Amino acid sequence: MNTTALLQADHLTLKRQHKTVLDNISLTLQPRQIMTLIGPNGCGKSTLIRVLLGLETVDSGHIERRPGLRIGYMPQRLSLDQRMPLTVQGFLQLSRGATAATIQHWLQRLNITALAPQSVHDLSGGEWQRVLLVRALLSQPDLLVLDEPVQGVDVQGQMELYQLIPQLRDELGCAVLMVSHDLHLVMAATDEVICLNGHVCCSGHPDQVSINPAYIQLFGIRPDKTPLAHYTHHHDHQHCAGDHGHASPLAPPAIGGIRHD
Amino acid sequence: MIDLWWLMPLAAGLLLALIAGPLGSFVVWRRMAFFGDTLAHGALLGITLGVLTDINLTLALILGSLLLALLLVPLEQRARLSSDTLLGIVSHSTLAIGLVTLSLTQGIRVDLMGYLFGDLLAVQTADVLWIAGAGAILLGLLIWQWQALLAITVSPELAAIDGYPVQRLKLLLLLMLAVLVALAMKVVGILLVSALLIIPPAIARASARSPLQMAVLASVSGMLAVLIGMWASFHWDTPAGPSVVVAATTLFVASLLLQPWLSRRAG
Repeated sequence: MNTTALLQADHLTLKRQHKTVLDNISLTLQPRQIMTLIGPNGCGKSTLIRVLLGLETVDSGHIERRPGLRIGYMPQRLSLDQRMPLTVQGFLQLSRGATAATIQHWLQRLNITALAPQSVHDLSGGEWQRVLLVRALLSQPDLLVLDEPVQGVDVQGQMELYQLIPQLRDELGCAVLMVSHDLHLVMAATDEVICLNGHVCCSGHPDQVSINPAYIQLFGIRPDKTPLAHYTHHHDHQHCAGDHGHASPLAPPAIGGIRHD
Repeated sequence: MIDLWWLMPLAAGLLLALIAGPLGSFVVWRRMAFFGDTLAHGALLGITLGVLTDINLTLALILGSLLLALLLVPLEQRARLSSDTLLGIVSHSTLAIGLVTLSLTQGIRVDLMGYLFGDLLAVQTADVLWIAGAGAILLGLLIWQWQALLAITVSPELAAIDGYPVQRLKLLLLLMLAVLVALAMKVVGILLVSALLIIPPAIARASARSPLQMAVLASVSGMLAVLIGMWASFHWDTPAGPSVVVAATTLFVASLLLQPWLSRRAG
């Protein structure tokens, strides 16, 4: 393993019911690097994240984490049972090693101090996402993993959250691994993009990926770069498997969604 | 000297309600209600085991429950919807097998009604000591692992990433539930054990602001239900176990009616 890397994954393969969800995926995450996984629904983004976090096992392949690596994870969604009364403060205190001081610090940093005494069941989507982000930051992570961090967040909030990510990286000195639908939204904040469709279609610097034929094949050409205009656009353009010489037994990704990606 | 025979049943009921508060809260939060039911029904097998092997019935009950809980672990791991049917089959077949086996054991008479509906007034000092001893262990474990158990209930994934041993904690909760069910059988009976686990937390939910508050309030309302139920049982000569459950239900309805007022105060 590369001695400086935080996390290195080699040839990860995972099959579920004769469908290859992850097909020979390798990646290396360096300290302070921001890496974005991008790809259509059902392409294995969230599964890959879960595998890298150790929440799921692979059929073959190898993952090595730097010893003592602290991970902060912000899940795509977390719905809490209404029957448990829980305040935001109480929810955050459940994070192992969280202190009142660190909770206060990150609540302030994300401008949601006022939410602390509120019930978690009364929050809006955007507020809850921020609380989940605070939860991920509490462990002073070396690696911040964000699965679709802007889900349920309004347009303004999306921009703010994406601007926040490089700042958080600088403040914590951590690496960031995130999943996103939309490359153009995260472009400015990303060092490396991995375009995923079961296998790695292409990867590299966002500027290169956005002109890569495999990427265009998967997402279509964007005439302008204003973000948000084509948010659902890419669902029409999924002819990835086999189109660039990759004979993977992959079903059409959008239909073959196994997890909610 | 005043006759204090009712002290033992009362102590048993109060102790059980005390432990059932927090454990029942977990049952409610984790949607394990049907699971508790299955454990209770299967506990009859434990009694059969005790009768056949002539070991202490309470011990046999606890062992039987623990064994069943271990067998049910794979079920708990699965998606909850699909395991409903399977739990139902296990639940009712173990009850039936227990009843059939008991009827086949010759020469031994077991007070079946007592186990089905509980016989609080037949509780003796030995039973109370069992409940107090096992209850102290359960409460100790709950307090010790409170944070961890809450964490895996809120999100097993985040808890796993935090480094909590999620599977072991789930198993711990299951085994604690099994012990409580075994202990509670003598008091409220197989058919009403779930009521003792679920109704008090439901009463507490209306006014609780935190998981801890809910657990404590559940204990308090459970104990209140025991007091009211036992008083009613003496007063009107009704069966004690069902009376306690009726009392709990009455408290629950009252909490529903008071909910607008309570939530305004809590909020």
